[in-house]
Amino acid sequence: MSGMKDAGHLFRFAGLFVLAFLVFLVVRTYVVPKSFGEYGHYRGAAIGEIASRPIKFAGHQTCETCHADIADTKTKGAHAHVNCEACHGALAAHADDPMTVTPVKPDTAVLCAQCHTASAAKPKDFPQVDPADHSGGVPCETCHNPHSPIIGSDSGASAGSGSSAKTAKGGAK
Amino acid sequence: MSGVEGYIYPNEVTLYWSVLIVLYPFITGLVAGAFILASLERVFSVEAVKPTYRLALLTALAFLLVAPLPLVLHLGHPFRSPEMYFTPHDTSAMAMFGYVYMWYLMAVLVFEIWLDYRREIVLLSQTSKGLLRLIYKVMTLGSSNVSARSLHIDDKVGWIVTLVGIPSAFLLHGYVGFIFGSLKANPWWSSPLMPVIFIFSAMVSGIAAVMLLYMATTKLRGLKIDMRCVDKVAMYMFYIFLIDFSLEMLDLVHRVYEADESFRSLNFLVHTKLYFSQIVVQICLGTIVPLVLLFLTQVVKLGEMARKRIYILSGSLALIGVLAMRWNVVIGGQLFSKSFLGYTTYKMALVTREGLLAAIGLTILPLLFLWALVKLLPPWPDKSLHEAATGD
Repeated sequence: MSGMKDAGHLFRFAGLFVLAFLVFLVVRTYVVPKSFGEYGHYRGAAIGEIASRPIKFAGHQTCETCHADIADTKTKGAHAHVNCEACHGALAAHADDPMTVTPVKPDTAVLCAQCHTASAAKPKDFPQVDPADHSGGVPCETCHNPHSPIIGSDSGASAGSGSSAKTAKGGAK
Repeated sequence: MSGVEGYIYPNEVTLYWSVLIVLYPFITGLVAGAFILASLERVFSVEAVKPTYRLALLTALAFLLVAPLPLVLHLGHPFRSPEMYFTPHDTSAMAMFGYVYMWYLMAVLVFEIWLDYRREIVLLSQTSKGLLRLIYKVMTLGSSNVSARSLHIDDKVGWIVTLVGIPSAFLLHGYVGFIFGSLKANPWWSSPLMPVIFIFSAMVSGIAAVMLLYMATTKLRGLKIDMRCVDKVAMYMFYIFLIDFSLEMLDLVHRVYEADESFRSLNFLVHTKLYFSQIVVQICLGTIVPLVLLFLTQVVKLGEMARKRIYILSGSLALIGVLAMRWNVVIGGQLFSKSFLGYTTYKMALVTREGLLAAIGLTILPLLFLWALVKLLPPWPDKSLHEAATGD
């Protein structure tokens, strides 16, 4: 018994550990969200919250319902696999209310350079130029139709930037 | 682009791991090294190093308290850091480290220090006044039993704690090497030798730091330095340094002989951007010079003053060398492109969250903690306390 008495302080220290562990467990119960771990190592409720956010992108099928002529040009050109909103930005708001929400027309002198500026990291067969040397700041659409950029592959530069929908509604700015 | 040579991927231009990540393994290394030195006396019964025992424990604790701060400063969002404990991911080495850190802090260091100081804490809780008395009272955990039997139990339990502490210290610092060594995408880091090299260099830096601190504090207290103790500590530092150097050279020879696809790029790096920090500071000044100096003290009979000067010089150089090693690992590993065709430059900021001033602050902070710990728990025998104890 005296051995136990002389080791009493060790139990106090151990008690401190147990107490700290219990406090940790209690705090953990409060701070860890209830849905954590429901599907994986994250808060399960986050999926519902993200899903409930307003949709920003309309998807190219939606665009094609009104802009069928552009879609036709694009399908035959080198940009067939580039989605509309990759260049024009998220346009669900425009699709929902085409009369009020009119998208800003991208500046091709800036936009095209984002992909087509020469870099050793890009595949050799990918069209790439030094924009300053190539066009000297002149918008790319002067010579290239952005929807079918290879010169001569469509009806001509800038032709593809118009559309039936544009004609009908006064065009994009 | 300034500071970039050759071909480099866009995400390699800026270094994301800054000088604070250099400091982090350096500080944890000092903790592990200081603890291993303390264990020499406790577990391996090396009586000569006894004067450094308590100072080594307090040094380890002071540096351990600061060890996570570089990470917190680097990551930002300090309020998110407890999430590592609340929702740890079992595949994350960093998350597991949180538990290793807490285990080492509470179950090893704090417990061992408490056991070793318990007699003094009880006596100080009876003799001191004011706030200090309250602090000591709390530290006794309400037990004032300092009977010979209870102290004997403390001694036995302390021995076991130190024994458990040795693998814990290896785990703590081995983890840091593991974090780098397990990154297979980076050939500068990816090596199974990395944790072992980190541990041995940690021991060198920890022993050097405690040796210098012991000499400085003894001098400041106007006492005579126990040369038998310092000679022994320096001897251990020399042997461990020798192993550390051999391991680092083994790693180097292995890389040179293996000469994989990264070799030409890394070889160029070592001869250019890392030449000063690796060849000059880490290998020549920080390793070969202190090794030769320490070797001299082992084979030539030198006077006390000469030995002291050599120990101070070699200890300081060893610390600089180990810091340079951390620098070369952390910064060096981010200077070359994984295309092996280009290099970038590290531009250290000055007055930013991850700048030089923050790094200097974090280097000084453990010393302030150590000063406070030494004031609270003096690591050297207190005559007045001894008299008070015998008077009882």
